Amino acid sequence: MQQPESSDLSRILAPVLARHGKDSAQLLQILRDVQDACHHIPAEAIDQIAAHLDVPRVTVEGVVGFYSFLSTQPVGQYRLLFSNNITDQMLGKDDLLKYLCNKLWVEQGRVSEDGLISVDNTSCTGMCDQGPAALINGWPLTNLDQNRLDLIAELIRSQKPVAEWPPMLFEVVDNICRTDVLLGEPFTPGAAIKQVLARGAKETLAEMDQSNLRGRGGAGFKTASKWSFCHAAIAEEEGSVICDIGGNPERFIVCNADEGEPGTFKDRVLLNSHADLVFEGMTVGARVVGASKGFLYLRGEYRYLLEKLEGVLKRRREAGLLGDNILGQAGFSFDIEIHLGAGAYICGEESALIESLEGKRGRPRNRPPFPVTHGYKGRPTVVDNVETFACSARIAEKGGEWFAAMGTAQSTGTKLLSISGDVARPGIYEYPFGVTLRQILDDCGAEDPYAVQVSGPSGVMVSWKEFDRKIAFEDLPTAGAFMVFKRSRDLFQAARNFAHFFAHESCGFCTPCRVGTQLQKKIMDKIGSGHGTICDMEELKRLGFILKSMSHCGLGSSAANPMLDALEKFPDVFERKLKALAFEPAFDLDGALETARRITGRDDEWAHL
Amino acid sequence: MGTFMSKTITIDGQVVPFKEGQTIMDAAMAADVYIPHLCHNPEFTPHGSCKLCTVKVNGRNVASCTMPAVEGQQVLSDTLELNDERLSLTQMLFVEGNHICPSCEKSGNCQLQAVAYYLGMMSPHYNHFYPQREVDASHPDVLLDRNRCIYCELCVRASRDVDGKNVFGLSGRGIGSTLVVNSASGLLGDTNLAATDKAMQVCPTGALLKKRQGFTVPIGQRIFDHHTIKDVQLGDKHE
Amino acid sequence: MSDPKLKVRIATCSLAGCFGCHMSVLDIDERLLGLLELIEFDRTPLTDIKHCGPCDVGIVEGGVCNAENVHVLKEFRKNCKVLVAIGACAITGGIPAMRNNIDLWDCFQEVYQYEGGLEGGQVPNDPELPLPFDKVHPINEVVKVDYFLPGCPPSGDAIWRFLTDLLNGREPKLDYEMLHYD
Ligand SMILES: Cc1cc2nc3c(=O)[nH]c(=O)nc-3n(C[C@H](O)[C@H](O)[C@H](O)COP(=O)(O)O)c2cc1C
Ligand code: SF4
Ligand code: SF4
Ligand code: SF4
Ligand code: FES
Ligand code: FES
Repeated sequence: MQQPESSDLSRILAPVLARHGKDSAQLLQILRDVQDACHHIPAEAIDQIAAHLDVPRVTVEGVVGFYSFLSTQPVGQYRLLFSNNITDQMLGKDDLLKYLCNKLWVEQGRVSEDGLISVDNTSCTGMCDQGPAALINGWPLTNLDQNRLDLIAELIRSQKPVAEWPPMLFEVVDNICRTDVLLGEPFTPGAAIKQVLARGAKETLAEMDQSNLRGRGGAGFKTASKWSFCHAAIAEEEGSVICDIGGNPERFIVCNADEGEPGTFKDRVLLNSHADLVFEGMTVGARVVGASKGFLYLRGEYRYLLEKLEGVLKRRREAGLLGDNILGQAGFSFDIEIHLGAGAYICGEESALIESLEGKRGRPRNRPPFPVTHGYKGRPTVVDNVETFACSARIAEKGGEWFAAMGTAQSTGTKLLSISGDVARPGIYEYPFGVTLRQILDDCGAEDPYAVQVSGPSGVMVSWKEFDRKIAFEDLPTAGAFMVFKRSRDLFQAARNFAHFFAHESCGFCTPCRVGTQLQKKIMDKIGSGHGTICDMEELKRLGFILKSMSHCGLGSSAANPMLDALEKFPDVFERKLKALAFEPAFDLDGALETARRITGRDDEWAHL
Repeated sequence: MGTFMSKTITIDGQVVPFKEGQTIMDAAMAADVYIPHLCHNPEFTPHGSCKLCTVKVNGRNVASCTMPAVEGQQVLSDTLELNDERLSLTQMLFVEGNHICPSCEKSGNCQLQAVAYYLGMMSPHYNHFYPQREVDASHPDVLLDRNRCIYCELCVRASRDVDGKNVFGLSGRGIGSTLVVNSASGLLGDTNLAATDKAMQVCPTGALLKKRQGFTVPIGQRIFDHHTIKDVQLGDKHE
Repeated sequence: MSDPKLKVRIATCSLAGCFGCHMSVLDIDERLLGLLELIEFDRTPLTDIKHCGPCDVGIVEGGVCNAENVHVLKEFRKNCKVLVAIGACAITGGIPAMRNNIDLWDCFQEVYQYEGGLEGGQVPNDPELPLPFDKVHPINEVVKVDYFLPGCPPSGDAIWRFLTDLLNGREPKLDYEMLHYD
């Protein structure tokens, strides 16, 4: 392992390795730090990290290869990644990216020759209400326009450290436009825990049950059931009874703050401004299931929130709301650790998230067994969304009946929506469940709305004919994204953007999704470039069927939704693009001769098709 | 079948007994019911990636190689719809790699090809990706041709679980997935793989080959030239 | 195709192939004579007809590797009621597609500059020479194909079965041992 320049590297590695310890679950965290310091993961670093954690080299290499923000080849010292959501595109992102590349004399996706800059796309960074957005070395840039890019180009050319760039470039605002019980009412840290301690864990679970709270991450599973399954798993092992708090360290509470679904940014706001509510909800959950360890899995794109969140945790520890003997309750120990992701939408899927927490490639597990019985390190684990925990804190504080009185019978409480796209006032809107799309569109000042992508690319594309439908599990369930398209928008382009998103984010584990998302993308590109036919539309439907029915996880099974919805509800946006109704070659015949034309210098009639 | 195997499922109407802890695939194989599969090998922990073994259980599709058998399950497997979907998945596996069977030493002994024969694949249907993938001939006794890898991770599992060597692993993501080997140079020749390793006996395709054995049995006289993969896998469960 | 007096008109051609599939047709052996009662040939390598006229069946061997292949293929598609891709090359690109992993410039260099022979090692730019594509493609990526008959080449038996099925108006179906890709 003693290589010539390894001393430099060792100087960088030593503190990183010391800080993270020898648990292989820290692998991803270690790699993030090395990437930050070296702008890539050097081969020698892979060897040293493998030796330090006592894992095979291939394991480390496999993790590096999985996450978008990690690389074995150097990226630019200034790495600028443009958020590539459809909302960013609608705000002119494509032109801005070209503008910056021209200005800096770099090609998209390539590192400049001096190693200074690289510019590329990345999946939605969760700033849709203040886009076009980007990340510079992992830090979010918002409201980009040519002026800002001029300034940024200047800062890069003069090699000013990112830490010294003007703060206004990094300004992220909450844009809370409508509040209800979650965002609108004051919360005193500890209030919910006090109630839990006074009421008892079992009784708190009963309140949760009565509240009928359902998961806010998308699937809508009843939270109380999940918690009691987790507890029952332990109970079964120990032969004890439910809610007999043993303080067994071997069960875990995980808060899913991966928020990777394009168009979703409500967890960002909750964590920025209501972190106490979220952490308190986790602590409530810990008390109910008897966990002593919690994780916040924070998407890499929200790394800028890390210090602030660590600060909140520290304050809570000092206030006796985390740590040993919480609020003086003997034996009630619980603490929270923050893990960062590194650019992988799939890590929002709960079992992939757990793999990632364990420092591995984010590949969804085979189920059964489910995380509630075999989760983090094979132990019972509750994974819930940020907003779910925030609601849990409110329920613990105010009771299940209070919560169940809001919303609809099957969808109790309120829901945070992240609204973006063609609206006058993008931002966060909190509504009781049951609100109609029409109402929402009125409130946010939608201009001539034609379609809404509810719950992001994996959700539903809703047409103007359906605006009386409701946000509710029984009608339009949502994880929070609400992207509005006005009549003059090209919905085909939206569907195509989503096809690219899924192709980019497929983890590659299973055949239908690994290959099927690529096939979708290629067909959408073919149609988009004016070479599509009726056959291609049929092929999309067939692919959609295979993706839905054969995929390993929710990513694959929803990856065809935008195409299928658009084909069904807006067939004209496809038909407009079809060149002829007959067959069209799969590739650009004339274009495929270009290389040979260049080499031979030919341009005669026979050199073209 | 022992008397204590009282629990049963049905597969395409046939009653199939199973033992607690068996998957649908285990039960099927024990009862001589063939469910097409590529990433499954009964000697290793189930993986569930190729999805060829997908069956319908009470109306829902599941991978039979990972789904535990549960009393009373009504399993549909040999249906037009499922075989059609299996064919599509097989075609996807062909076009995402570079499978030029006429030039492949494994031809005739290859499970990917054999499943395609079984499902009656006349063409790969989808447009070919023609990806750029590395061939590694650095090992004295072994050739790794990534053009033919289907990411079943059987070599990964065998090397890890049986050989205790961890020679193989997956890197990359999505369509950029790639089989990597455990050496700083990235070359197979610099790993401790031996041609006698278990990892060398499990590759269903021509991605991992022993050198100098290619044409000891001539094309036309190989196993799947005359026997369907169904007969082979049910007949001799260790091949 | 069922009228006994009318012969079925068939055209065949080889694009980026090795003529192996055409040779395999000859492996139909004596059955070929019976077959000739039913069919007549338009353009084939045997008849020396240069352009394909209206036909019932077009059989194409080989993939598409250059501009000329496209012209021939499109002519076949236009004139043939049923178009059949025969052999690995027509269906997957086959052996010629092994160059798809090699940069076209490297191919040219290898052929014209490193190999002795051509004076000055110039890459020829004669318009008579078919201009190659970046990659070799199967024919179904350029025109619609009705039937595929795989094999490298398919055996005489497979071709016989396929053609007799087709001529008798049956959906062609091969026995297990007739279907192979090598
Ligand atoms: C591809 C994929 C991505 C997901 N991303 C997220 C996410 O970013 N945040 C989230 O809370 N749930 C996400 N989920 C849902 C989780 O798997 C899980 O259902 C959820 O975290 C459970 O929490 P809940 O019950 O509170 O909703 C995702 C699911 C899939 C299939
Ligand atoms: S469906 Fe896609 S994301 Fe999910 S396991 Fe399969 S390849 Fe991975
Ligand atoms: S691995 Fe199998 S399918 Fe692939 S080229 Fe070889 S024989 Fe053909
Ligand atoms: S090399 Fe063979 S065994 Fe290994 S993953 Fe690829 S196909 Fe499977
Ligand atoms: S055999 Fe079951 S998924 Fe591959
Ligand atoms: S030309 Fe017949 S198989 Fe290639």
